[in-house]
Amino acid sequence: MSILPYIDIGLALLVVGIAGTTIAARDQFAAVVGYVAYGLLLAFVWIRLYAPDVALTEAAVGSGVTGVLLITAGKRLGALKNPAPEAQPPLTLKLLIGVLAVLVAGALGAAILLLPDPPPSLAPEAAAAADSAGAGLGNPITAVLMSYRSFDTMLEKLVLILAVVGVWSVGADKAWGSAPAELRQPKATAPMVFLAQMLAPVGMLIGIHIFWTGANAPGGAFQGGALLAAMWMVIMMAQLAKLPRIDAQWLRVALVSGPAVFLIFGLAGEVTAGSFFAYPHSLAKPIILFIEAFMVLSITAALPMLVAGPPSERPDR
Amino acid sequence: MTPLMLAGLVGASLVGLGLYGLILHPHPLRKLLAFNLIGNGVFLVFGIVARRGAAAGFRFDPVPQAMIITGIVVAFAASALAVAIILRLSAESGRVTLDPEAWTKPNGGDAT
Amino acid sequence: MITLLNVFSITAISAGAFFFFAGTVGLLRFPDSLSRLHALTKADTLGLGLVALGLLPRADSALSALKLIVIWALVLLSAASTAQLIGRALRQSRR
Repeated sequence: MSILPYIDIGLALLVVGIAGTTIAARDQFAAVVGYVAYGLLLAFVWIRLYAPDVALTEAAVGSGVTGVLLITAGKRLGALKNPAPEAQPPLTLKLLIGVLAVLVAGALGAAILLLPDPPPSLAPEAAAAADSAGAGLGNPITAVLMSYRSFDTMLEKLVLILAVVGVWSVGADKAWGSAPAELRQPKATAPMVFLAQMLAPVGMLIGIHIFWTGANAPGGAFQGGALLAAMWMVIMMAQLAKLPRIDAQWLRVALVSGPAVFLIFGLAGEVTAGSFFAYPHSLAKPIILFIEAFMVLSITAALPMLVAGPPSERPDR
Repeated sequence: MTPLMLAGLVGASLVGLGLYGLILHPHPLRKLLAFNLIGNGVFLVFGIVARRGAAAGFRFDPVPQAMIITGIVVAFAASALAVAIILRLSAESGRVTLDPEAWTKPNGGDAT
Repeated sequence: MITLLNVFSITAISAGAFFFFAGTVGLLRFPDSLSRLHALTKADTLGLGLVALGLLPRADSALSALKLIVIWALVLLSAASTAQLIGRALRQSRR
């Protein structure tokens, strides 16, 4: 039982060390790969902090999909122009920024070491919310996300849609309505096709399972949706499906369905349960799962569109 | 040194490292990476607050952890928007740098 | 009987850790990207298989044990495909 502190110290040193190499790397691709590895190690830290839901989200969204986004961005940036050679700022400026960073980190560390004791907690309210959400939502985080702070979760879905609209609007005017640029070169390579054909069905099943089991065990809509989004990206990268046009009706309905269903049930709560965003007690768990299913659809549509980027002109238009 | 204090110090040092990289690097994608590091450091601080708030039969306080999950997804959305804007800026201007010196040089300097 | 299972778990997991270590030594010492790729892929998937094998007796139920095997199979699939893709990219960048 005494090996655990060494693992903690080693993990902490490793995380800070890899973050340092991400900052200090010369090559940009090396920095992105370091960031993905750092994200996976951070998932371990979350497990040690008794946060399995957060570990799943960090591994899926924070490290996985963000890694795809950054690698795609680096590739597109490298293809555009030759990047300017890094002009190193003078040493005094580096020292000044270093002192500032150490001051900020030190202040934050002092604040952490001086956190109030006994620690305040919102766990009793969350437990009450989990019970009022009716009939055994065993995962308190799902209860918090979908019942205690349901308005925040709906607003977060809206933020995702706003980001998609923002990404689309950055494209050129004459390209509006067409599909985004290809994620890989437009020739299907055999290993990628093999991977997509074998991995995607299994991955989709696992994604749906993670979403469904999030009601009682670690998991939930975001993690399952991120996995489904990754499977769709794998299929598109293998050229087994084309990137959709951004004016496709089904894409827009899928994107909007998550927050729309959420809002409808929130407004209906005014009538059926007495206040905005309240659920009727006996139907709470089925309603929550129904809303979460549409949230998964919305996330699966939004994340690959965010990675794919703005619409680009096709040469055959 | 309890694991909580260790995780909190890791979070603080991530914020410091990210701040250093954010101010230092002129390349916009490296700035985005450093910004994400700052965000992860802040999430770690939330995480230790969540672990310390163990009460009511749970081993953690679920409200900060739900906020962290929300934060991770929103941080990804913000990164995607930032990447789209960076790509568009680079395509329009021909420069891939956010160094203020490079923008004031007359169509030369260290950009091709 | 229980201690025999513990010995089996410890042996398998240690062997898996040794293979991970060997793969990392190959990553650091081999001269060429393709040979490093070869060392990493083979050693890491074998190491993961041994670790999964060592964890099988400690699983709570048959379903958990099945999940461990599925995890290993998925990693095998994705590691093999990724190695092929990286090798193809390396070969194309040499021309």
